[in-house]
Amino acid sequence: MTTTATFGLCAATAVGLGLYGLIANPQPLRKLLAFNLIGSGVFLLFGVVARRSGGAGFGSDPVPHALVITGIVVAFAATALAVALLLRLFNATGSATLRSDEPASAARDSTGA
Amino acid sequence: MTMASALETALAAIVLGVAVWTIAARETFAAVVGFVAYGLFLALVWVRLDAVDVALTEAAISGGLSGVLMLGAAARLRPAEALAAAERSGETQRLAAALLSAAVAAVLAVGVLLLPDAAPTLAPAVTANLAATGLGNPVTGVLMAFRAMDTMLEKVVLVLALVGVWSLAPDHLWGGHPGPRHLADPRGVLAFLARLLPPVGIVVGIYLFWVSSDEPGGAFQGGTILAAMWLLVIMAGLADTPAVSRRWLRLIVVFGPVVFFVVGLGGLVAGEAFLSYPVAYAKPLILTIEIAMTLTIAVTLGLLMSGIPERSARR
Amino acid sequence: MSLAGDILTIAAVSAGAFFFVAGTVGLLRFPDALTRLHALTKADNLGVGLVVLGLIPLAGSLREALKLICVWLLVLLAGATVSQLIARVARQDGPQP
Repeated sequence: MTTTATFGLCAATAVGLGLYGLIANPQPLRKLLAFNLIGSGVFLLFGVVARRSGGAGFGSDPVPHALVITGIVVAFAATALAVALLLRLFNATGSATLRSDEPASAARDSTGA
Repeated sequence: MTMASALETALAAIVLGVAVWTIAARETFAAVVGFVAYGLFLALVWVRLDAVDVALTEAAISGGLSGVLMLGAAARLRPAEALAAAERSGETQRLAAALLSAAVAAVLAVGVLLLPDAAPTLAPAVTANLAATGLGNPVTGVLMAFRAMDTMLEKVVLVLALVGVWSLAPDHLWGGHPGPRHLADPRGVLAFLARLLPPVGIVVGIYLFWVSSDEPGGAFQGGTILAAMWLLVIMAGLADTPAVSRRWLRLIVVFGPVVFFVVGLGGLVAGEAFLSYPVAYAKPLILTIEIAMTLTIAVTLGLLMSGIPERSARR
Repeated sequence: MSLAGDILTIAAVSAGAFFFVAGTVGLLRFPDALTRLHALTKADNLGVGLVVLGLIPLAGSLREALKLICVWLLVLLAGATVSQLIARVARQDGPQP
C-alpha cells in the first residue's frame, strides 16, 4: 500500500472512532477528547491530500500544511474554551453532566457567591 | 512490501490502537494519557507525510498543551468522576453510533482511495512566488504572505477565545487572577526544574521562530514553547498568574493582531491591496509581524491554559 | 569511515531498542509504581542515549551532533524530575495492588 493509502485509511478510521466516542460516551470531557480525535483525523486527511500533490521540488503541497497549522491552533482555542465552560458548569452545579433532567439542586457556586 | 511501507503500516496501526484506547478506557485520566500519546505518534505520521512544520505544531499544541489542559480538567473533575462513570449510554444508542461512525469512516476511506491520479497542486505557484517574499520555507511563505489574511484572522480567533474564557468568571471575581495558586516546595524538584529549564526553553522557542524563514519552524511552535516555559514557572509556584484586568497584559494580547492589521492597512495605502507587501520591504515587514505574533501567541496560549479567573484581583 | 559509522549506528540503535523493550516489559510486568518508574528510567536514559549515539555518525555537522546530545540531556532532565514527582506521590498513596 502506498503512503497516502495507508495514512488515508488511518485518518478515515480516526474520524470514525472519534465520532463513535463523541456520541456514545456521556461524559463531557470524554466527548471533548473524541472531538479532538475527529479534528486530528480531518487534518490528517488534509495532509494525505497534500502529500499526493507534490511537485516543483517539494515532496508535498505546502498550502494545505499552512491551513492545517491554522486549524490545529483554532482547535486548541476551542478546546480551551470548552474546558473552561465545563469547569464553570462543575463549579456552579457540582457535577459535570450534560443531562438536563436532574432536579436543579440549589445552584451552589463553590466560590461562595 | 518494502521496509518503508511496513514501517508506515505499523505506525498507522499503533496510532489507531492508541485512538481506540483513548475512546475505550474506563478512567478519564487513562484516556487523557492515551490522547497525549496519540498526539505524539501523530507527529511521527506527519513527518512521514513530509510535513515537518505541521509535525512540530501537532506535537507542541495538540500533544503538549491540549494534553496538559485535559489532565488539569480531569484532575479538577475527579470528584464528579465516580458519579459520571456510572452513566452509560443505552445499547441501541451505542449500536446506532457505531453504525453511523462506520458509515462515515467508510465514505471517507472510499473518497481517499478513489482520488484521481493527476492531483491538482499549488506547489509550482508557491515556488514561483516565494522568491519575492525573501523567505526560504514555503509553509512560512504561505502562512505569512500568500494567505496572510487567514493567519491574521486566526490571531483574532485566539483573542476571542480568551475573551470567552475570561467572561466565564463569576461577577465578584471579574478581572481576577486565573487558576488556582500553585504552591510547591521552593527547594523541591519542580522548583528546580522551573529555574533550570526556562532559559533553555526561551532560547529554543526564539530559535524556532527565528529559523522559520528558511527551515521548518514557525511563530506558533516557538510561541507554544515560550508559553510552556511560562506555565512551568507558574505551576512551580515561582510566579503567580497576572490578574486579567492588568492593562499591560491586555495590551500584549492584542499587540499581535494590531500590528498585523496596521501592516495590512499600510499595504492598502501604499500598495495595491490589503496585506500586500512591497517587494523591497517584504522580509522586514514579515519579521516584524512574526515577532509581534510570537509574543502574543505565547501570552495568549498561556492565559488560555490558565483558565477562568478564580482569585480576586484586589488582595 | 562511513562503514565504521554505519556499524556504530546499527549497533547503538539496536542496543537502544533493546533497552526500550526491556523498559516497556518492566512497565507492563512490575507490580507497583516505584518499580515501574525504575524500569522506565532505563528506557529514558540508556535507550535514548544509545539511539542518539547511533544517530551521531549520521548527523551532517558538529552542530547537529551537539543538538542531538542536547535533546538527550533535556530528556534526561525531564525524566528525572517527573520520576521524582511521581515517586513522591506514589509513596504518599501507599502500596497498592
